[in-house]
Amino acid sequence: MIAPFYKFGYFGEEFSLIIAFLIGIAFGFFLERAGFGSADKLAAQFYFYDMRVFKVMFTAIITAMLGVFFLGAFGLLDINLIYFTPTFLIPQIVGGFILGFGFILGGYCPGTSVVSASTGRIDGFLFLIGVFIGIFIYGELYPLISNFANSTAMGKQTLHGFLHIPYGVAVFAVVLIAVAGFSGATYLEKKFNSKFLGRGNEAE
Amino acid sequence: MVEENQFRSEESTKAFHKEKFPEQPYWNPYIAGIGLGLVLLSAFVLMGRGLGASGAISTIVATGVAKIAPNHAQSNEFYQNYLTNENPLKDWLVFEVLGVLFGGFISGIFANRVKFKIVKGPRITNSTRMIFAVLGGIMMGFGAKLAGGCTSGQALTGGALLNLGSWAFMLSVFAGGYLIAYLFRRFWL
Repeated sequence: MIAPFYKFGYFGEEFSLIIAFLIGIAFGFFLERAGFGSADKLAAQFYFYDMRVFKVMFTAIITAMLGVFFLGAFGLLDINLIYFTPTFLIPQIVGGFILGFGFILGGYCPGTSVVSASTGRIDGFLFLIGVFIGIFIYGELYPLISNFANSTAMGKQTLHGFLHIPYGVAVFAVVLIAVAGFSGATYLEKKFNSKFLGRGNEAE
Repeated sequence: MVEENQFRSEESTKAFHKEKFPEQPYWNPYIAGIGLGLVLLSAFVLMGRGLGASGAISTIVATGVAKIAPNHAQSNEFYQNYLTNENPLKDWLVFEVLGVLFGGFISGIFANRVKFKIVKGPRITNSTRMIFAVLGGIMMGFGAKLAGGCTSGQALTGGALLNLGSWAFMLSVFAGGYLIAYLFRRFWL
């Protein structure tokens, strides 16, 4: 095992912050290139005429998932050292729905609003301000909702652990589902493109 | 030539600029996706952690609250979680998000996409769009904290690690969006 490098002490905290900045630059660059700095491109996902949100997200997930799986299988990466968030099932489902609603109303998610604001989108900047306010409201209400937020705790739980199937089988299944999803998405795009073509205006 | 340029009206300068520096098309989604996936993978390999966005904003909010009302922040478990460092802003995610800001700008500059504008559907006014942008952001901030992360920290990072909670979260985001998309179609179509 040689990775994760930071966990094996190949560099210290100061240098890790430089890496954070560089990784952030690459992250922001690809988000912008994908079209995720523009709310109409993101919202299009929910009206089927441009499914790039699904395509980009699942290509990214598959790429990283296969990388982790094979680096782990070759003994280069210790998967157990990668930070893994514990599951709180019901709060995560409720939170997910709130995000979905917020996405339709506002057109971004926190990361994409940063990219949007950085390229001069006023709506993206306002959305980002909203995220600050929303987190502040959550913080202020936390004493009242902490019981719910910490309910249905399942610890560190993987899909394959939950379904009692081998890791490799889960990885393969996700790839299959995503590839099927990609062709389904392209079919929907063709179907809805003629319906909504030319829609999605940008005001100067 | 120079003189001619000086006498251009603002409109024609804009048109001239648009012609000379047209907005480039966005990348093929699969290429952009592979790029994002490799960025995420390098975070796993180098750092042993994934990407994030809302976590950095939480740190900034908690730091702000602690500056203005130290006792109030002290008594709140949520803020305390983000105030463990001696200097809370010297945080991995804060530096990463600063990078996102910079990286998005670089990409936008090279593709001639950096400009002040409001992105919206054709049937919604600027003021409505701006009000709902703030409102959507508020819901997003609140929901992300309830879910323990947003699209970056949960959906992408947890998705690639096959984290059960992250997958439940991701499916809920899409379900929530599709659930009300038709109701608010006037916003985007």
